[in-house]
Formats: sequence, C-alpha cells, structure tokens
Amino acid sequence: MARDIFRRLVRWEGLLLAILAVIVVVTGIAVPGYLNPQNQINLLELSIEKAIVVLAMTFVIVSGEIDLSIASVMGLSAVLVAWLKEQGVPVEVGIIAALLVGALCGLFNGYWVAVIGLPSLAVTLAGLIGYRGAALLLVGDRSIGGFPEWFNRLGQQPLLGPFPLALMVFAVLLVGATVLLQFSGFGRYAYVVGSSPEVARFSGVRVRRVKLAVFAMSGVVSAFAGVLLLARLGAVRGSTAEGFELDIITMVLLGGVSIFGGSGTMAGVILSILVVLNLRNGLALANATGNTQAGVIGALLILSVLVPNLVAAARSRLGRGGSAEAAVIPKLSDL
Amino acid sequence: MTLLLRRVRPEQVRELTLVFILVAVVAFFATQIPNYLAWQTFTDISTGLAIIAVAAVGQTLVVLTRNIDLSIGSVVGLVAYFVGTLLAGTPGMPAPAAFGIAIAMGGALGAVNGVIVAFGRVPAVVATLGTLAIYRVALVELSGAKTVTTDSLPAWLLNLPRMSVVSLGQLDVRPLVLLALAVVIVFQLVLSYLPYGRRLFAIGSNPDAARVAGLPVERDVFVAFLLSGALAGLAGFLFLVRFGNITVVAGQGLELQVVAAVVVGGVNIFGGSGSIVGALAGATLINVLQQSLIRWPAVSAFAQDAILGLLILLAVASDKVILGRLRTIWVQARRRDEERAAATAAEQATHGA
Repeated sequence: MARDIFRRLVRWEGLLLAILAVIVVVTGIAVPGYLNPQNQINLLELSIEKAIVVLAMTFVIVSGEIDLSIASVMGLSAVLVAWLKEQGVPVEVGIIAALLVGALCGLFNGYWVAVIGLPSLAVTLAGLIGYRGAALLLVGDRSIGGFPEWFNRLGQQPLLGPFPLALMVFAVLLVGATVLLQFSGFGRYAYVVGSSPEVARFSGVRVRRVKLAVFAMSGVVSAFAGVLLLARLGAVRGSTAEGFELDIITMVLLGGVSIFGGSGTMAGVILSILVVLNLRNGLALANATGNTQAGVIGALLILSVLVPNLVAAARSRLGRGGSAEAAVIPKLSDL
Repeated sequence: MTLLLRRVRPEQVRELTLVFILVAVVAFFATQIPNYLAWQTFTDISTGLAIIAVAAVGQTLVVLTRNIDLSIGSVVGLVAYFVGTLLAGTPGMPAPAAFGIAIAMGGALGAVNGVIVAFGRVPAVVATLGTLAIYRVALVELSGAKTVTTDSLPAWLLNLPRMSVVSLGQLDVRPLVLLALAVVIVFQLVLSYLPYGRRLFAIGSNPDAARVAGLPVERDVFVAFLLSGALAGLAGFLFLVRFGNITVVAGQGLELQVVAAVVVGGVNIFGGSGSIVGALAGATLINVLQQSLIRWPAVSAFAQDAILGLLILLAVASDKVILGRLRTIWVQARRRDEERAAATAAEQATHGA
C-alpha cells in the first residue's frame, strides 16, 4: 500500500517535474535572460494572487468540495477597501474589514454546504454571482484609485532585496499550507473527509467543522489575495479578478489533486503553479495571447489525466504489466 | 392536503413551486413597474430566454448523468462566429444549410467532450474546463481578433428575430421562441418516454449499478455530451441571429448562466433527477428577474447579480429542505397505506378461513 502511494507520487510529481524541466529548458534556450532570477520573480509576481488562492483551494478540493466564488470574493474585498476609503475609512481598517467580509463569505458558503448539506458547486455558483453583485453594488461601473503612497509601494515595489511583499507572503503561506495539509491533524482530516465523509463521521471526525474551516479559510485567503491584487494594480473596478476561478481550479487539478477529493499533494500543486506560470511566460514571450496560453494550459489539463488513463487501458488490454502495476494504474485514472 | 400529497410525487411539486414563484415574481413586478403586464414584456423576455433555454436543455441531459458541461459558452461563441463568417462570405447560402452547419459543428465539439469524458474517463469538470479554454482559443485564432458585423450578414438572418410567427395585437411570438419551445417539448418527451431518456436517470442515480445492469453507460454519456454540444450549436445560431455582432468574447460566461438555470430548475447536480421543463422554468425565472430588475427603479441596476445569487441559493436550499420534508411525508403516507392494505388483506384472509 505504502509502496503504491509512493509510486503514484513519483509518477505524478515526476511527470510535472519533467514537463517543467522541458518548458524551462526550451524557453531558457530560446529566450536569453529567461532564467535570470529577476525574470522569474517578475513572472511569479504577475500571478501571485492566483497562486496564493491556489493554496487555499487545494484544501477545498482535497476535502471533496469546490469553491467557485473565490474570484468574486477577491473582487469584493478589493472593492470594499476602495469603497471604505472613499467613505473616509483609513485603508488599514478597510483591509481588516475586507478580511472579515472574506471570512464571512467563506463561512456563508460553508454553512450551506456543511450544515445544510447542499452541493458546493451550486452554493458557490450562487456565491460567484452574488458576491460579484455585492461588489458591483458598491462601485457600480466606476473605477476607484488614488490609494495612499505606502499601500501602492507595498504592492508595486520590491520590499526586501528583489522580493515584493506578495511574493514573501506567498512563500510564508506556502510553508504554512504544506505543513497544515501534509503534517498536521487538520490536513489528515481534510483527506479523510474528502475520500469518504461517511467513514470520516463514523471515525469521529467532525466533518462539518472541517468543511466550515476549509471554506472559511478559502474566503479569508481569497480576500487577502484581493487586497494584494488591489495594491499591485493601484485601482479597482467591479469586474476586478473576474474569471480567475478557472485558472485557479486548473492549477489545483493539474497538480494532481483529484476533483473527487481525498488525494493530491502540496508538492504537486507547487509544481503545477510553476508549470503554469512558466508556460504562460514562455508563451507570452513567443507572442501568444492570453487566450492561447489558457488554451494550452487547458489542453495540458486534459492530457495530464487522459494520457495515463489511455496508457492504463492499453496495458490492461495487452495483458502486460504485473499485478502491482495493475493496482496502481486504476488509481491514477481516478484523478 | 395529505391526500393531495399522496397523489402528487414530491418531484412534481418542485416544478409547481417554481411556477408559483414565477407567478409571484411577475405579480410583484407588475405592482412596481408601470406597463409591466404588456405583451411587449413577454416578447422581450421570451426572445432573450430562447438562447439560454436551448443550451439548458442540453446541460440537463449531461447533468442527469452526473456530469457537467462547462464548455457551452465557448461552443456558443465559436459556432456563432463560424456560421456568421460563413454567411458573410457566401451570402447565397440557404438558411437550412446554415442552421444544419451550426448544429453539426456544435455536435462535433460536444462529441470531443463526450469522447474525453466517456471513453477517456476524464472527470467532466476537468475535461470541459479544458475544452472551455481550447474552444475559446480556436475562436480567437479563427477570428484574428476580427468581428462579425451585422451589415455583413444576409437580410433573412437579420429579419428573423423581428419576424412574428403569431401576432395577436402587440403579442409577437418570435420564431426563435417557437424553436426553443419545440426543443424543450421534444427533449422532455425523450426523457420521459424513450428508453434512452430513462437510462440517463438510471446512470445518474448510480453509474456502477447501471453498468452492472448492462446499460451502455459509456455510449449514453457520450451521446448526452454530443446532444449538449449540438444544442449549444443551435444556441450559437440563435445567438448569431439575435445579436448579429459577434466578437471573440461572444458567449463568454454563458455556461454559468446555463448551469444556474438548470440548478434553479431543480435538476440535481449529482445526477439522477430533474426534468427539462424544470430547467426551462429555472431559465425563465432567472431571465424574468434579470429583465425586470433592470426596469425596476427602486433598486440600482447593479443589484441584479446580488439578488440573482441569493435567488439561486434559495432555490437550491428550498429544494433540499422543503422537498426533503415532503418526501418524508410522502414515504410515510405510502407506508401507512400499504400497511392498511396489508391489514385488510390479512383480515379478509382470516374471515375467509
């Protein structure tokens, strides 16, 4: 059993690592200065808010749910800070308010999913529309800018050496999320709840509490990412961060986290973030538009599940491969 | 009340509830907006509804099998653009040909989804999230960021949305609306009476059991995706007819509206229950709200989405909470009836002996 899991990990993360290596080597040769640390920092910085939310989304998907409302929460929190500033509230207070509202949005989603038992796809679809609606209600079709100097500087300039604040926050959260998911009791609970809520309940896991916590975390982290986005952009509109949810979910799934919950690792997710960002950057340098980049990543997402499945099917048809192999491959197909 | 409950299955109450909510909403806006209860309102709402309704029919088929098709928005956009360019290039093309090409192209795109999901065993969310992006790229590449404009389209196409099949005073029934209605009726009949339709429910209720029972699960799921694509293609044609101007972002976000319509319409997102008529009711409710909120002066036009989100949540929650209770009552009533029948039968047996 342990060997099977180990092998699966090697397969999945190994595959991602190989893809990443190919992308980096190809772009590195084609574009001089690509591997320059500054370029790597820049490419990470441009999507850092999404990468931060990916960390929280991993918990949601591992526990067998989905949160489509993240991008709307990001937008709402950014808009809230801006709107409060217009009402004369200091930005510091506005940020705290935004984080609180993010937590409330997450808890609201979590309440309907965990306590009432509604499907998270439906609840967070309502959230996606509703929270975006709340943001629009606050600013209408205006754009709000003119934030204090310190706020913009935090978002737009390096804070320590070449690293901007958001990047350092991401690094800290990454370590925190990895410890929480792989090495803490809470992380274990998330996996158990994701693989079988029934088993989890009968084993004495407080399923409701775990799910509520996961959704609340998703809300807070999204709100925080929204504030960081606001600081980087320096202005906000009702449509800020619209459509981010697809990118974020794609990164999690490409990382080998099963959409049905209960499996996947933080290591895979990190590799997937790097693959997606490097791929986007490489494609952008090759003059591909944002849409084309999304398409390539979409194709990669499908192939990453399809190819192992096809290989498994072909093998079982040929009757080759030992029984141990056969035991591993169907699990891959569950991804 | 209990007698009524015994007769009517809880699932049927669901659609009735939606109709009641719809009537209540219309009645409410009638008191708020002057001239709301005019035929013009009906014409406006029904024309906008046609596109969503047709796509929602296809989505219902897929969701019934415990899958989801998120690629719809891109299929609609791609087909609308492709057919639009084709018509602009060859103005002499007959209408049925354009119509057929739209459906065939949508069907082909849906078949790709179907192959990946049913035979490649890729989860539907993953597969259609991928094709959502890929089909959009195809549209961008195809168009080279150019736009299909109204003036390049043939006259029959431009006149189609303004034509009336039936005209009673100010009530105009548009051909688009009739077409959507026909699609809804045909597919409701398919779901209710054809073996294929019944199998979709069986597959969605329990895919493993359906497989063990010998149902062609892979083939049926494939066909559901194919039909969903074909109907999205048809919706793309309607999109072209209605708007005329097709940009690279055409249909973007439509998939969420369609999923929302299906969910509000009481189709279980985990498969196995729901109906086309319900999906139509859901789509209608969402559309009526959207169109009416724009005209309601008491509330800012920007409140639309906030209210819509809340409504979707309420619709899903009421399904779970109220219908859960109704179902229990229904099952209990059934059981009591059966026990009584059994007791009577036993009594008769002893009397006979």
